[in-house]
Amino acid sequence: MYVAVKGGETAINHSLELLADKRRGERSVAELSLEQIDQQLSLAVDRVMTEGSCYDRSLAALAIKQARGDLIEAIFLLRAYRTTLPRFGDSLPIDTTEMLAERRISATFKDVPGGQVLGPTFDYTHRLLDFSLAAAGERPLAPTAPTEEPLPLPRVGDILQRDGLLEPPSQGDDGHDLTRQPLMFPASRPLRLQNLARGDEGFLLALGYSTQRGYGNNHPFVGEIRYGHVPVSFVPEELGFAIELGEIEVTECDMVNQFAGSHDVPPQFTRGYGLAFGHAERKAMAMALVDRALRADELSETATSPAQDEEFVLAHSDNVEASGFVQHLKLPHYVDFQSELVTVRALREEVERRNREAAAAAAALDKAAE
Amino acid sequence: MSSLTDPAGAPTRRQRWLSILAKAPAERLEALWHALGTVPDYSILRRPEIGLVMVKGRVSGSGSAFCAGEMTATRAAVRLTTGEVGFGYVGGRSPRQAELIAAIDALGQRPEWQERLEGAVIAPLVTEAEARRRLLASRSAATKVEFFTVAREAGT
Repeated sequence: MYVAVKGGETAINHSLELLADKRRGERSVAELSLEQIDQQLSLAVDRVMTEGSCYDRSLAALAIKQARGDLIEAIFLLRAYRTTLPRFGDSLPIDTTEMLAERRISATFKDVPGGQVLGPTFDYTHRLLDFSLAAAGERPLAPTAPTEEPLPLPRVGDILQRDGLLEPPSQGDDGHDLTRQPLMFPASRPLRLQNLARGDEGFLLALGYSTQRGYGNNHPFVGEIRYGHVPVSFVPEELGFAIELGEIEVTECDMVNQFAGSHDVPPQFTRGYGLAFGHAERKAMAMALVDRALRADELSETATSPAQDEEFVLAHSDNVEASGFVQHLKLPHYVDFQSELVTVRALREEVERRNREAAAAAAALDKAAE
Repeated sequence: MSSLTDPAGAPTRRQRWLSILAKAPAERLEALWHALGTVPDYSILRRPEIGLVMVKGRVSGSGSAFCAGEMTATRAAVRLTTGEVGFGYVGGRSPRQAELIAAIDALGQRPEWQERLEGAVIAPLVTEAEARRRLLASRSAATKVEFFTVAREAGT
C-alpha cells in the first residue's frame, strides 16, 4: 500500500539546531578559532585541502570546524563551496626543484645531493602518548643551523634518468580536467593522477598496501619524498605574462620500481608519482604506489589485482561520491521496501503452499501404502 | 614562456612587483600602503572577485602536466585618474590585498612613483620574505643528517 507522506519539518529544524548545539559542545569550554585549527591541527587542514581539491587553509579550517572534525564531511563542504566560484584559469606547472624544502629524504641514495633533511616527521617518535601535552605550557622554538642560500634541489629521479636506468616521464599536456569532463575509460595518466590526488587517503593506502602484500607487487623504493613551499605562477589574460600568486605547501613522492623490461623496453626502473597539498606523506606515497600499479597495461604487465584495475580504482576513490552513495541508504526507501515486502510475502506463500501440497501428497502415499 | 621576461631574461619590473606583492602578508602590505601617506585617487575598474586557479603538477615532477587541485585566488583592477590601469592578483581570499596590489601596479606605471614604491613598499617586502625563507631553511638545516663512518666514530 502506498500513502503519500509529508511532515517532519519541525523535527528537521530541531535536528539542525541540536547539531549546532553539539558542535559548540559544553559552553564552559573555550570555542575553537579557525587560526587554532589552521596552526594546531594543520595536518587535518592539509588532508581536507588535498581531498577537497582546493588549497585554502582558512576555508579548510572552517570546514573542519563546521563538520565537528569529521574530515570527509569537511571535504564535502569544501568541494561544495568551490562549485560556487568562477575559474580564472590554469597555473603554470609547479616546479618542485624550486621548492623551499622543509623535508627531503631518499631511501635509495644515502648521499643524495642536498642531503637527507628530516624536517618535521613522526617517523622518529616512539608513538608513546605525551601526557605533557595534556597540560598547557609554552614549547621551546625549534633549533636552527647555519645554512647557505637555498639552492635548487636536484631530483633523485633525474640523476638516475641521465644514466638510462630510470624511464623518463612522458611529456605534454592533454588538457583533461575531471572537474570539467566526466571520467572516461581508459583514462590517461594525467587524468588518473588528478583522480588519485583527490582520492580518499584510506582507500589509496589500502590499495597501495595490497600491492606490497603481493596483489600487483612492483618492488617499490622511495626514490625521494620532499615537502615544502613552492610558488604558483599564473598568466592573467589581461597581463600576458606570468606572475606568482603565492606560495603553497606540497608533498611529493617519486617512487622507483623494479621492472624486468618488455619486448620493446630493456630492463630499467619505472616510476610512480604522488603529489598532495600540505604535508601529506602517507597520501603521496600511497598515491605513487597506486599510480605505478595502474600502469600495468602500459608496461605489458598482466593485470590480476584490484590496484591494477583502472575502473575499479578510479571509480571508487572519491570519498565524497562514496560517502554520498553509501549514506543515501538512510533516506526514506518506504516505497521500494513496500514493494520488496509484497514480493517476499508472495514468494513465501508460494513456498508454503507447495510444502503443504507436498505434505498432503506424501500423506496420501503413506495411506495408500498401508 | 618568452613573454614572461624581457629580452635579457630578467623578470620585468611589473612582473617582479606583482609577484612580491602577492606573496606579502596582507596586514603588512596594508601598513606599508598607509605609510605612503597621500596617494593619487583611483577608481575600481573590477571589484575584487574571488575565484579559482587550477594548480598544475608534472608527472614525476618533470613530465606531463596534470591537474593537481585548485587554489582560491582574488583579482581586482583599478584605474588612476591619470588613466593608468593596474591589476591585482593574489592567492587566497583577500579582496583588500587584491585591490591594493592593483593600486600599486597602476601607480608603478607612473615614473615619478616608481622609485618611491620600490623603496617604501617593495624593498621591505623583499627583505622580510628573505628573512622568512632563511628562518625556514635554517630550521630544516638543523634536521639534516650528518652520516659518520664507524671508523670516524671510533675517533681514528
